[in-house]
Amino acid sequence: MKVVLKNLTKKFPGRDRKNPADVIAVNDFTFEIPDGKLIGLLGPSGCGKSTMLNLISGLQKPTSGQIFFGEDDVTELPPENRGIGLVFQNYALYPHLTVRKNITFPLENLKGKDKLTKEEMNEKAYEAAKLVQIEELMDRKPGELSGGQQQRVAIARALVKKPCVLLLDEPLSNLDARLRIQTREEIRRIQRETKITTIFVTHDQEEAMSISDMIVVMKDGILQQLGKPQEVYDNPINLFVAKFLGTPPINVFDGEVKDNKLYIGGDAVLNIKGVSNQKVYVGVRPEGLDLDEAGPFVCDLTGVEVMGRDISIISTHKASLNTTVRSIASTGDTTAEVEGEQVRFSLAPHKVFIFNKETEERIAFVAEVEQ
Amino acid sequence: MIKKILQNNNIKAWLYLLPAILFLGVFMVYPLIDVFVYSFEEGYNSASQTYFGIGTYNYDYVLRDPYFLQAVKNTFILVIITVPLSTGIALLISVGLSSITKLRNLFQTIYFLPYVTNTLAVGLVFMILFKKTAYSDGLINLLINWFGGSSVDFIDGPYWAKMLVLCIYTIWIVLPFKILILTSALSSVNPMYYNAARVDGTPKWRIFTRITLPMISPMIFYLVITGFIGAFKAYSDAVALFGTDLNAAEMNTIVGYVYDMLYGDSGGYPSYASAAAIILFTIVLTITCINLLISKKKVHY
Repeated sequence: MKVVLKNLTKKFPGRDRKNPADVIAVNDFTFEIPDGKLIGLLGPSGCGKSTMLNLISGLQKPTSGQIFFGEDDVTELPPENRGIGLVFQNYALYPHLTVRKNITFPLENLKGKDKLTKEEMNEKAYEAAKLVQIEELMDRKPGELSGGQQQRVAIARALVKKPCVLLLDEPLSNLDARLRIQTREEIRRIQRETKITTIFVTHDQEEAMSISDMIVVMKDGILQQLGKPQEVYDNPINLFVAKFLGTPPINVFDGEVKDNKLYIGGDAVLNIKGVSNQKVYVGVRPEGLDLDEAGPFVCDLTGVEVMGRDISIISTHKASLNTTVRSIASTGDTTAEVEGEQVRFSLAPHKVFIFNKETEERIAFVAEVEQ
Repeated sequence: MIKKILQNNNIKAWLYLLPAILFLGVFMVYPLIDVFVYSFEEGYNSASQTYFGIGTYNYDYVLRDPYFLQAVKNTFILVIITVPLSTGIALLISVGLSSITKLRNLFQTIYFLPYVTNTLAVGLVFMILFKKTAYSDGLINLLINWFGGSSVDFIDGPYWAKMLVLCIYTIWIVLPFKILILTSALSSVNPMYYNAARVDGTPKWRIFTRITLPMISPMIFYLVITGFIGAFKAYSDAVALFGTDLNAAEMNTIVGYVYDMLYGDSGGYPSYASAAAIILFTIVLTITCINLLISKKKVHY
């Protein structure tokens, strides 16, 4: 089922006389989530992602704006009538109930013609458990499970009622690094199998990029950009999005556009067209800095990190806004040893973004490759 | 040498424990053993510190004493009525307190007042409520008269009326502590469980019985155990209401009987007192064991 948000706003009133200002957690959100997709809601801590999820689930009421599931306006509906499944950050498994009882708990609330017998409930619970591969843990208590298993139980409990929208709040934040990669693929698989529209909240851009069909980047309650992960990565709309996506993060420099040339520090690094003379921020993705002995961009070398598949060249530059400048090259490409005091790069134009100094919005340019 | 002994962690630990062990040993363990010994010494004379022989005569005597049987009956009625009622009422009030936001502090203070009020002041209040004097029949009788009933003497009157006052008094005096414990237990339940239940459309009553109650069950269990023990040890409440001659008022409790046997007007029989105390100890131990057995199934830690 598709989910549509229209001008959704949530304000929290000021706490007391000392802090009278309203906190706007979600500010005028409008977007549409297509049916059957996996959406990553992405932003730094405190940007309103969780509030957003609570609004969609109905646990909190929006200050203004509307929420549609399919064609139905659900803004005023209480959570139980929305047909959602919600997986909490700490899973919220009832510690005194077995896994089976936890999964059947939502089913026991069904009334009237939907009422199920004990056998039907156990059967449905088994189906859900099988989907997340925990069917042999049914008689354990949550305290006897590992974090990853608890996570699966929570997902099974959310899925057992066949919700039309599945919401996951920071689903991987309590797992260790290896389990995180495994679980995120698991979430992807479950979503593909069930085809339920799924929205998950995360502050980890790698997590969001790796499994989402679409990502929504938020900052301070305001929608920054939405789109396919790769599109957003390749075409960030502003400096915030560019900095937020990508590990290692983008290198940002103070720069200037003068007479169709882009300068970083004193070096003219690219010939560009279509931008008037002005001071700008220049963002260069680590993979956009190519080692080139005749390259125009000179940095002071600090070190080289060999990571097996690729190497990182760490250097400094006086115009850099980050403490270090990082460049990534795959080990196959660079046969030459990186040595000496300085290192020279040429810039790959499609990995270079320039941003307005005041608004931090991206400025489009056309690169001219020298002959 | 001393350094070496001190380095031995075992000795260090015993050294730290020594003050507590000393006090507990002198004032608790030794008297406990002594009471046990006393209870089997027949015809003990406290003046000459001599006795005739060893046997179970003391128990025999105590178990045949009508005053003791009356005390046992009173204590059991008190326990059976006040422990479940006070815990239930405390639970109701705590749930009420944690679901309101306005005036919460005010109500919390009101419910906690009996805990900090002087026992004599509380006794006075109950006098005004229940006592029949030359000038008035007491506030409760005034109410009964209002609804067309006839006055009842709650302090010197029929057995059931006196028992009623004692139960009300006991419940009222133990409520604050139970409310305090239960409100803090309720507020320690993570709200995410309630949110999870809400999303699943769980009715309020089911949330309470299936989630809230199991989550606070350790605290309820604690209150029931200490409630049972406290009620079995009841004595001062009865004194505050009915004076020191409890046998005459038919309102004696087991602890009251023990005290009377030692220091009362008919006292001076430490052997009988010890036997009664050991019987009380056995009862409390049995009840607590039963509680523990039940709790294994019902309490979720």
